Amino acid sequence: MKKMIKYIVADILQSRIMIAYTIILLVISFSVFAIEDNPAKGILSLLNIILFIVPLVSIIFSTIYIYNSSEFIELLVSQPLQRNAIWLSMFAGLSLSLSLAFLLGSGIVILVYAWSATGFIMLASGILLSNVFVAVSLLASVRIRDKARGIGAAIMLWLYFAMLFDTLVLFLLLQFSDYPIENSVVALTALNPIDLSRVLILLRIDVSAMMGYTGAIFRDFFGSTSGMLIALAMMLTWIGLPAYISTARFRSKDL
Amino acid sequence: MISVKNISKRFGKFQALDDISFQCERGQCIALIGSNGSGKTTIIKTILGMVIPDKGIIEFEGKSIANDWTYRNDIGYMPQIGRYPENMTIGQVLDMISDIRKIPEKSLDQELYEAFRIGNLLNKKMGTLSGGTRQKVSACLAFMFNSKVLILDEPSAGLDPISSEILRDKILSEKKKNKLVIITSHILSELDDLVTNIIYVQDGNIRFHESIHALQRETGEEKLSRVITSMLRQEDAKQNGVQPKALKDQWL
Repeated sequence: MKKMIKYIVADILQSRIMIAYTIILLVISFSVFAIEDNPAKGILSLLNIILFIVPLVSIIFSTIYIYNSSEFIELLVSQPLQRNAIWLSMFAGLSLSLSLAFLLGSGIVILVYAWSATGFIMLASGILLSNVFVAVSLLASVRIRDKARGIGAAIMLWLYFAMLFDTLVLFLLLQFSDYPIENSVVALTALNPIDLSRVLILLRIDVSAMMGYTGAIFRDFFGSTSGMLIALAMMLTWIGLPAYISTARFRSKDL
Repeated sequence: MISVKNISKRFGKFQALDDISFQCERGQCIALIGSNGSGKTTIIKTILGMVIPDKGIIEFEGKSIANDWTYRNDIGYMPQIGRYPENMTIGQVLDMISDIRKIPEKSLDQELYEAFRIGNLLNKKMGTLSGGTRQKVSACLAFMFNSKVLILDEPSAGLDPISSEILRDKILSEKKKNKLVIITSHILSELDDLVTNIIYVQDGNIRFHESIHALQRETGEEKLSRVITSMLRQEDAKQNGVQPKALKDQWL
């Protein structure tokens, strides 16, 4: 399994898209911190860009990579290898290389300009987000046979998590504004990994004061150590559950 | 050595395999023939565990292959279309599969590797290769590990005449080493002198499974293409009295 991961990572890291992704992240992070003299402000600007780009690239790159390696996966399945090992190596290979690209692109810059707890949370959530979206893309690509439909589904999923979900939450908030729904909003946030990371970082930077009463609830919940741990557990569930379901499906998939 | 027992497989509405059973033994060279979409590749893939049958079991040396993967150590497989990670070089692909097989370098069978002169191409990326060169790489991989069973899906498709002759000689010499070889091919003339048994697949069913000698005796023909044609003619005449001529035209 280690060998397979090694070869997959080597293959992915050589692809042009991966190199472009790293360079784009590097340029964006660098310029954001160069423009903003206050690192906290820099983090805030960078946050929005990262929460946009990282999930997008992770989910679409992984989906396309899996579809393009379908024959290669076939070759591996015909070799004396366990199916679980093959699928988990794909997962590990993709998430390792996407995390590495994020670390090289944004991580170093963040650590240089914002050496703080906030910087570390930013780094961790970037890496966790990469993993979450790799896992989600594995699930999408194992369920859908057709490449075009699979990539379409990946784009839809990203749209949903990055944009539609917020709209839905906002809609619910407006509709039920007469009721005490703040606690359920916290629960709703846990259903979207992007929101989860956003809330975590916003709370650290202390702009949550601007979020009003709901912000206070968030602060109450996520600000404490147990809140952070719950958020981390949710993120890990977002990685583990899709990875587990997709592995189970891959075991009985016809190639 | 491999026994397939009552295998059925359905892809959506399409019944790809319908209650298929057959046996293969060492020393045999079995040709799977049949029209496009008749289920040849599906049969091969179920044996390799790539397609999981809805019903029935497959035994490899007496053990069921369901949820087993170690038996694939004994199979060399050459796929119909071999596609590999585009950014990997030929050398890396060969290394990787050797790594997976965990066979010491000394006991690797390098005959095809040398005959196809793969050594000169080791640094070429898989993405830049022509279809024929990829087939050569697939062939090398299938024969490299001295597996007891060789499964070749359309081995000569895309190979130049010289290379397909090299491959053919290699198959012959492997057959003599008491190995089981399963081949699918549409070019019947290249199977002459190679195969010992024939399985004719049609619409997910096995029309007949017999040794080549029995077939030659039965039909009085020498060439494989003629044997098959006249066999089908006989069978159809027996079953529903289809005009022999029409069938022959279909085949040639």
